[in-house]
Amino acid sequence: MKENSINIKEKKNFSQFIKNFIDAAGWPRIIIGIFLILLFAMTPIAKLKLSTSLSDTLVRVGMNAIMVLALVPMVQSGCGLNFGLPLGFIAGILGALLSIEFNLTGLKGLFSAILMAIPVAILFGYGYGQLLNRVKGDEMMIATYVGFSSVSLFCILWLLLPFRSPVMVWGYAGKGLRTTISTQKFWQNSLSDILSFRIGETFYFPTGMFLFFALLCFLIWAFFHTKIGTAMTAVGSNPDFARASGVNVDRMRTLSVIISTVLGAIGIIIYQQSYGFIQIYNGPLYMGFPAVAAILLGGASVHKANIGNVIIGTFLFQGILTMAPSVINSLLQTDMSEIFRIIISMGMILYALTRKTKGNR
Amino acid sequence: MAQKPILEMKNISKEFYGNKVLSSVSFTLNEGQILGLVGENGAGKSTLMNILFGMPVISQTGGYTGDVLIDGQKVLFNSPFDAIAAGIGMVHQEFSLLPGFTATENILLNKEPLKYNFLVEIFGSRMQTLDYEKMRQEAINAINKLGVNIDPDMLISDMPVGHKQFTEIARELERANARIIVLDEPTAVLTESEAEILLKALKKLAKEGVSIIFISHRLQEVLDIADKIVVLRDGKLVNEVETSKTNMKQVVEWMVGHSVEAKAKDSLNKKISDEVILSVKNLWVDMPGELVRDVSFDVKKGEILGFGGLAGQGKLGIPNGIMGLFPAGGEVIFEGQKLKLGDTHSAIKKGLAFVSEDRRGVGLLLEEPIDWNISFTAMQVQEKFLKKLLKGLIKWRDDKKIEEIAKFYINKFEIKCTNTKQTAQQLSGGNQQKVCLAKAFVLDPKILFVSEPTRGIDVGAKRLVLEALKEYNKEHGTTIVIVSSELEELRSVCDRIAIVDEGRISGILPPTADLEEFGMLMVGSSKQN
Repeated sequence: MKENSINIKEKKNFSQFIKNFIDAAGWPRIIIGIFLILLFAMTPIAKLKLSTSLSDTLVRVGMNAIMVLALVPMVQSGCGLNFGLPLGFIAGILGALLSIEFNLTGLKGLFSAILMAIPVAILFGYGYGQLLNRVKGDEMMIATYVGFSSVSLFCILWLLLPFRSPVMVWGYAGKGLRTTISTQKFWQNSLSDILSFRIGETFYFPTGMFLFFALLCFLIWAFFHTKIGTAMTAVGSNPDFARASGVNVDRMRTLSVIISTVLGAIGIIIYQQSYGFIQIYNGPLYMGFPAVAAILLGGASVHKANIGNVIIGTFLFQGILTMAPSVINSLLQTDMSEIFRIIISMGMILYALTRKTKGNR
Repeated sequence: MAQKPILEMKNISKEFYGNKVLSSVSFTLNEGQILGLVGENGAGKSTLMNILFGMPVISQTGGYTGDVLIDGQKVLFNSPFDAIAAGIGMVHQEFSLLPGFTATENILLNKEPLKYNFLVEIFGSRMQTLDYEKMRQEAINAINKLGVNIDPDMLISDMPVGHKQFTEIARELERANARIIVLDEPTAVLTESEAEILLKALKKLAKEGVSIIFISHRLQEVLDIADKIVVLRDGKLVNEVETSKTNMKQVVEWMVGHSVEAKAKDSLNKKISDEVILSVKNLWVDMPGELVRDVSFDVKKGEILGFGGLAGQGKLGIPNGIMGLFPAGGEVIFEGQKLKLGDTHSAIKKGLAFVSEDRRGVGLLLEEPIDWNISFTAMQVQEKFLKKLLKGLIKWRDDKKIEEIAKFYINKFEIKCTNTKQTAQQLSGGNQQKVCLAKAFVLDPKILFVSEPTRGIDVGAKRLVLEALKEYNKEHGTTIVIVSSELEELRSVCDRIAIVDEGRISGILPPTADLEEFGMLMVGSSKQN
């Protein structure tokens, strides 16, 4: 009898523990996490190398993480998910192109790209913020079209801007930028390679890129622990309360949009240094969506997000995105990876946006 | 007049979540009688009418006890449609008309006379067309019955307010050939002359045998028109009396009650300096539903000034306007300096603080923890709870101090919570209000505005909140301005009480003044003098 009751008690404790864990992590993350582990477990069956897969996943996480982080300020200030992230990307691209135009290489080239992109991003962000302050309540819809239209506008400008560097312009005309520009000879992997290491033949860890991401995470975390950051959170939580406490709501919102745009600009440059190419014209058009999907997957809601959401979300999303197509491809013997990628990423956005949670985690 | 009772309500009681709003109310309404239903806000008038009209809100919250009898038959209305079928019409405070339709179309909506055409044979009766001529005739009949002059072909959107009101009444008349019509504050939106026409029309209707229940806060109108007056107070029937056997003074007394002799004596001995801390001249505030038209008053240093009056008369607009939450104009002088209206930040910085009546909308960050709620305003405006790093370049939030202050107030006000990190939305109304108060106290204000401090909170919390305000006033000498719909409450804490009526101050009285005097100011009868 006694043993039996102890047994029941233990069972209870265990089930309580499981329950707490599920509550803390949330079902979606558990299911996707299990799915991701399954995909990794299937690598031998699909004749893929586990170490390569892991390495690929990590590199992609590092490439995308800052763009996901860029969403946090606007979510916190109540502007919703920044579907207008391509505006920041364009600022980043401008910085990157300028750095190549001036023939700057290595870390110097990378950071001068970032430094040149930041003022542009601040300018863009300011105007974008002013616009969003006039459409309170519909930010996400407007933001989507700000992204789309700015990409289109810059399609024209890429042709007209007087870039001269032969690596970038069309060979036959001598003017107008190419669709993809390689960063290989300039600053590809200049950040990733800092302190990076390899294990075996195939596992590569881009330490520098992760350190840089960690630094930005720390800065954002710190920002939300300052007076202004606290005010920004309050604006997102209840703008009427913030106003009654003497906070200038519009200014806080604009500031959040500027920070988001600047982070977007930095994010795309880090992406380019790892990917090896600057994609212009329609390149940035859909690049905001994976970031949105990732942060939602990480458990953020439309008006609450934290850095934990960014890290978990980016890892799960990029993990699935890296693994699922390649595993499915080699199992089905087809090449539909791009289609799978789109179905998966758009599906996850759809799922995440339909969840009308009140930001409990 | 026929003396047959058409409607009887017997022992009606109703609870909302354990909160008794009506207890054992009974009255009868005879055919062709006009019954004036009066009482302060929250006395239970609307609830009583909602029961009569079968509004879903009643059955959703657990129904009521007691009987409603029509023509001596017990009835139970599950929806307004049942009530309409039984011949009850209701005219609500807000218009429910279609603005793009004409008066005729509105009056006969959904009961239009129909014309036959051949399509009916194929598609059924839904293909019948409207008989406009007959419609127009019926609308004119209804309008004539009212004895007013409305163009049946005019669009509602083009009509003056008075005509909209008449159209609505005509519709209720036409619908169901109503025998009982309930009018909830029908004159609130009307000008004086329009109101007169309406009252005349109602009298005419009553002569034709329609029974009317008339709810209004303008007592004079009720006394003019009603045959019988029913007075409610705190959900109880105070009196049911023939109008001819009473007068305004008596009715007011019944409305506000006379059970308060407990007025604190200490305020009488309290010395209040003659120094004026806040002087308001010709203030107007554009706050929807609480319009302030022209208000001037002085607040003396160290006093507790109360603003009373019925809902919607503008008392809430005063603090909201001074604190810059709604567009306002006029002159506000604080400690000899002119206060810029519309600038909340500088108002708080100068030492004004405000506890909003809209606790959940304006007063709290519902999704944030208690300690944030308490400290946020002081942090933003007065830079308290901040650590300055790098020579003040970075203002770092001092979470430790924030938690300390929250703990202090949680103990002081007995806020029931698990810890300082619990979110505000999880607290009960009373505890939320305590958090709001703590937020204002942390600011160390020179003058504190408190709006409806006890609205929607239980008795224990009510007492604690009022005591806290009194104590704060006594210990810190802080000037406090309380705006409240509950006169009793004002009388128990304030040194002076101003009554606001139709956007203006109708008078300022000491708390020891007679209840009738307050009542007279509230119902606007002293304006004529």
